[in-house]
Amino acid sequence: MRLTPKHKAFLLIAPAFIYMGFFIAYPLSEAIYLSFFEEGALSLANIRYLVGSPLSKFTEAFRYTLTITAIVIPIETALALLIALFLYNSFKGRDLILYMVIIPLTISDVAAGLIWYSILTSNGFMNNLLISLGLIDQPIQVFGSEFKVRMLLAIVVTEVWRSMAIVFVILFAGLQLLSRDLIEAAEVFGASWMQKLTKIILPMLKPSLQSALIIRTLFAFQIFGVVWILAGRNIPVLAGEAYYELTELRHEGVAALYALIIAAISLSFGFIYIRTLRARHLEVTL
Amino acid sequence: MTIHTYTLGERLKGVVKAWAAVLIVSWIGVPLVISILYAFSERTALYERTPIPLSYSLEQIRFLLFEAGALYAVKNSVIVALLTVALSFLLGLPAGYAFAKYVFPGRDALKLALIGMRMFPVMIIAVPLVALYIRIGLSDTLVGVALAHTAMALPFVVLITSSVFAGVPRDLEEAGMVFGLSPIGVFLRITIPLALPGLAAAAMFTFLLSWNEVFIAAVLTLTNRTLPAFILTSALAAPDFFKFAANFIIVAPALVFVFVARRYLVTMWGITVR
Repeated sequence: MRLTPKHKAFLLIAPAFIYMGFFIAYPLSEAIYLSFFEEGALSLANIRYLVGSPLSKFTEAFRYTLTITAIVIPIETALALLIALFLYNSFKGRDLILYMVIIPLTISDVAAGLIWYSILTSNGFMNNLLISLGLIDQPIQVFGSEFKVRMLLAIVVTEVWRSMAIVFVILFAGLQLLSRDLIEAAEVFGASWMQKLTKIILPMLKPSLQSALIIRTLFAFQIFGVVWILAGRNIPVLAGEAYYELTELRHEGVAALYALIIAAISLSFGFIYIRTLRARHLEVTL
Repeated sequence: MTIHTYTLGERLKGVVKAWAAVLIVSWIGVPLVISILYAFSERTALYERTPIPLSYSLEQIRFLLFEAGALYAVKNSVIVALLTVALSFLLGLPAGYAFAKYVFPGRDALKLALIGMRMFPVMIIAVPLVALYIRIGLSDTLVGVALAHTAMALPFVVLITSSVFAGVPRDLEEAGMVFGLSPIGVFLRITIPLALPGLAAAAMFTFLLSWNEVFIAAVLTLTNRTLPAFILTSALAAPDFFKFAANFIIVAPALVFVFVARRYLVTMWGITVR
């Protein structure tokens, strides 16, 4: 029997999808079981622990995760947009700047945390610079449980530094797809730089902006390495609490509940994203 | 011969542009370069309050690798990353090829599903695996970490390799057929050689995904730590010079990757983040 191309294609993709299917279905169902069942019976103990126990930092973690997301994303989106517009027309040295801007994509969250730690710690670059310039006598402390606002700032700077590139790549790719004719036509008709931006570029860039915002928000709720390196549990975040509950307190059910909450947030943003993506697909083909 | 003379406006624009370029490059580059200089600073030089260390040595890196146990973690990380690349290519490459070269019902839906799977957070993969791994004897093993990393990397591998294969011109493959190559011959002698540079970049990207991943690795290992897990679990109590040196060891492969695969970077991330 000869295989039809259709069957061949399904045979080729089957292993990957079976593997991923297992690694999604098993953890998901197991996490639901761990979160809501105890010795085979439905139990709300983990939820009660999450919101009621003095050991739990759930509310704080949720607030901090939200705060970091709400500060980081607008800043990095604005920066990424500016840089993408700046690099829109090619000029000498543009590629070099491009490589530079996307380097953080290859750098892990742990490493990004360490990089900014070496800049901001009391023996670090910032303090050494300010002291040797004679601007301060004593180093400015950034890290430590009594400096929550400063640590939060350090986390924000590091996250913007690390993840702006993700937004940038999406916006830059989107800009390359814009029709240059339209922009040139606007120039011919004497549009100012501001008019070109607000009347043509931004409206046409809306799908890319949408994608970038959804994807970044989704991943922002998974923030872990940067926070754990810079602040430990002084700035609790959802993923950090999942890690702590699991490895330090051995509360598997609570950790699973945290993982479920993160997944629920990620998947709902993912769902919105897929829907906008599919809507766009249909628009193009129709 | 005419010489173009710049108007004041044009000159001003040039100056603003140059400054913007300097600003962007410094924003990314300065923290990176400074943190690497600090990793190679003489330990005593760290307390002399000069913005940039004045004397350098390999002492901190040597200490971290050979006395604090980071070399073992590096070795573990390399093994996990290589296993992840091997396994995710074994499973993902055929799928990537199918998406690029075949038309089949449900193709777009499956591709969207892949994009959706990429958003599945690593936390929910990792937490339930702890108990499972204890039951089946994979707890604290590198294979266990690699299996979970493969689950994380697989959607990327399928999407990237499919775009690499899609970039191989159909004409050349058809020419191969015309000149009497079998379908497998076409695949091995035309498609693969042409796709090789892109596939190599994809493999490095996958290596880096695994090398950089910390949550899964930290949760699933206890003694056989990968490098990020080792650093994460020991950094809080560690002295500054330890962290400075650790930073360089994690970042180094990423920088090599950026340099080697720079041609593919923008397109690759164009695919993976979309």
